Amino acid sequence: MDVLKKVPVREQDPKVRATNFDEVCLGYNESEAKEEASRCLTCMNAQCVKACPVNIDIPGFIKEIKEGNFEEAGYVIGKSSALPAICGRVCPQESQCEGKCIRGIKGEPVSIGKLERFVADYAMAKGIKPKKSTESNGRKVAIIGSGPAGLTCAGDLAKMGYDVTIFEALHEAGGVLVYGIPEFRLPKDAVVKKEIENVIALGVKIETNVVIGKSVTIDDLMEKEGFEAVFIGSGAGLPKFMGIPGETASGVFSANEYLTRNNLMKAFKDDYDTPIRPGKKVAVVGGGNVAMDAARTALRLGAEVTIVYRRSEEELPARVEEVHHAKEEGIIFNLLTNPTEILVDENGWVCGMKCIKMELGEPDESGRRSPVEIPGSEFTIDVDTVIMSLGTSPNPLISSTTKGLDTNRRKCIVANEESGATSKPGVFAGGDAVTGAATVILAMGAGKTAAKGIDEYLRAK
Amino acid sequence: MYKILKACNLASNIFLMDVEARRIAKACEPGQFVIVRIDERGERIPLTICDYDREKGTITIVVQTIGASTTRMQKLQTGDYFMDFVGPLGRPSDFVHEDIESLKGKKMLFVGGGLGTAPVYPQVKWLHEHGIDADVIIGAKTKDLVILEEEMKAVAGNLYVTTDDGSYQRAGMVTEVIKDLVNNEGRTYDVCVAIGPMIMMKFVCLLTKELGIPTIVSMNPIMVDGTGMCGACRLLVGGEVKFACVDGPEFDGHLVDFDQAMKRQNLYKTEEGRALLAEQEGSTHHGGCNNCGGDR
Repeated sequence: MDVLKKVPVREQDPKVRATNFDEVCLGYNESEAKEEASRCLTCMNAQCVKACPVNIDIPGFIKEIKEGNFEEAGYVIGKSSALPAICGRVCPQESQCEGKCIRGIKGEPVSIGKLERFVADYAMAKGIKPKKSTESNGRKVAIIGSGPAGLTCAGDLAKMGYDVTIFEALHEAGGVLVYGIPEFRLPKDAVVKKEIENVIALGVKIETNVVIGKSVTIDDLMEKEGFEAVFIGSGAGLPKFMGIPGETASGVFSANEYLTRNNLMKAFKDDYDTPIRPGKKVAVVGGGNVAMDAARTALRLGAEVTIVYRRSEEELPARVEEVHHAKEEGIIFNLLTNPTEILVDENGWVCGMKCIKMELGEPDESGRRSPVEIPGSEFTIDVDTVIMSLGTSPNPLISSTTKGLDTNRRKCIVANEESGATSKPGVFAGGDAVTGAATVILAMGAGKTAAKGIDEYLRAK
Repeated sequence: MYKILKACNLASNIFLMDVEARRIAKACEPGQFVIVRIDERGERIPLTICDYDREKGTITIVVQTIGASTTRMQKLQTGDYFMDFVGPLGRPSDFVHEDIESLKGKKMLFVGGGLGTAPVYPQVKWLHEHGIDADVIIGAKTKDLVILEEEMKAVAGNLYVTTDDGSYQRAGMVTEVIKDLVNNEGRTYDVCVAIGPMIMMKFVCLLTKELGIPTIVSMNPIMVDGTGMCGACRLLVGGEVKFACVDGPEFDGHLVDFDQAMKRQNLYKTEEGRALLAEQEGSTHHGGCNNCGGDR
């Protein structure tokens, strides 16, 4: 064993997985997990813990793995995180815990994400459930949105004894974990549903099909339904479009629509009614994780897929692992390229996309070098489907129907970083609804902070 | 789960259901819609609210069978359940928030084409309950497809029914009736609300523009979530991209790009048709529809 390298994780062969929706990464088995765990130096002043948005005791749980106490390892993680099987799969560990691992200075960091996943999957397979709080304090808290922020906040509050109800607008709980992230990266029945069941096991109630701001307002929840505090974790669900000609043509989708049809509505399964038009030649515009998810979904539905991104590979906002997987599966990358027009046939369908070549100029306010068009470099690519994956912004449904709730110019809800408190007394917020589109784990961190903030607020009340 | 308290057919391919949905019945206003899912495998189907009873906590929907899901829905009986029923979605009709006194001074004309009669009904009823009687035109292909005539009669000012084939009352398109009322009977209208097939709304709008009557239409395009998330329902209104689910469903009809909207509506036609064929033919469906690849 090379102690400088991670124990490799088994994955489905790229050629095989390009045609199915089964999970790509197969995870560690017991002996692989123990071997990888043995690489951990059990630092006293562990940097990885500080880099984790929910401060999991990483050396603590890895120590249990080393000793073969897998169940105990699960309890150590459970103290800080309600969704370890999910985080082990979708957290950007390379820029968080693993990014700070001392092993990483000389060699590869400890594969913390894969170890977390192993522990969570072990507990799930053994049917180990978290314990319900025995002491209920009878005080009602409403959580809006059942994504990572809401589930975490709900779980933490339930553990403290609060009577928690989550309101979800869609027909299934999970938010972006269910509608956004594809099955092959995050299995829905085997992982997401199970972790949500664990949150329910803590005593949390989930009411689906309730659109806050439409079915009922926050004011009504507080004044008429007896909720003493509300947490808004409604995410950033509003898709952006480029505003170029041809964008309303048939065959142009937001990544949200394409992914929702496939993930939440299971269009890829023959026995579901949901229609999807997979496309034969698909262009995905954008370079984030969502773009990779949309591209790899289209590929699995049988399309030839090109990613069109205006900056270079170095600036791709997607996780390195996702880009690597996409390339392995045969996604074509058309970098330093920007669409200028979607070409439409006489029936209103997409029949091509006009693009222009870009070069990188001076760094912009985000610190990334901003792309500049190269004059005269226009060309057309042959596509029948275009998926726009340009990022999302928070949905104004709640902020526009709640009096006294401040938002900033990006339509994000303004919330205190330390407590999650908003401008409206008793109302807290966190996750993408506050930050704009970010990651699962940052949303969980915000949910955790807000749970503490709500507890302090209600104790003082 | 959402219980169906009443289910009945209004025409061979149009049916009505009263569904128990307390939160929605409490919060909804005319002009809004719901999204319905039959079961685990069903699609999310947007349906305009046809009526509501705040006391009983029910919502009335009227549905036409057009695809696999709606055909399956028609088989549901009184006492059955919908798996999901969410709403109210979209913005209420503008007049709901208008000053009642100024509203009383307005002459309003409602035009319901085919199934579009159903979403017209709660608007006319709301106005009637607020002391305003509006004129209503119901248009249908043929006599058997005229729906909600009695209900409408009870809440409308003047009611005109027309059938394309002349099998019942007036003969011809709704646009003929509008022309007749304005040109021959000397009626004036301050606003027209037209709801029906896109092609009907398009031609009503062309006419009312000529006649100088501001017109509101209700768009029911392809939709998934109904909360602004997917963008599938985007339309061009006055050159701007709007989402029917959150910015609508009602828009200024003189600004809607109907040609573009009709093209977008065809997006899933083939897939819907495919699903319908597969449903009807069951295990005997082995392709031949040129869509599903079942014969490949």
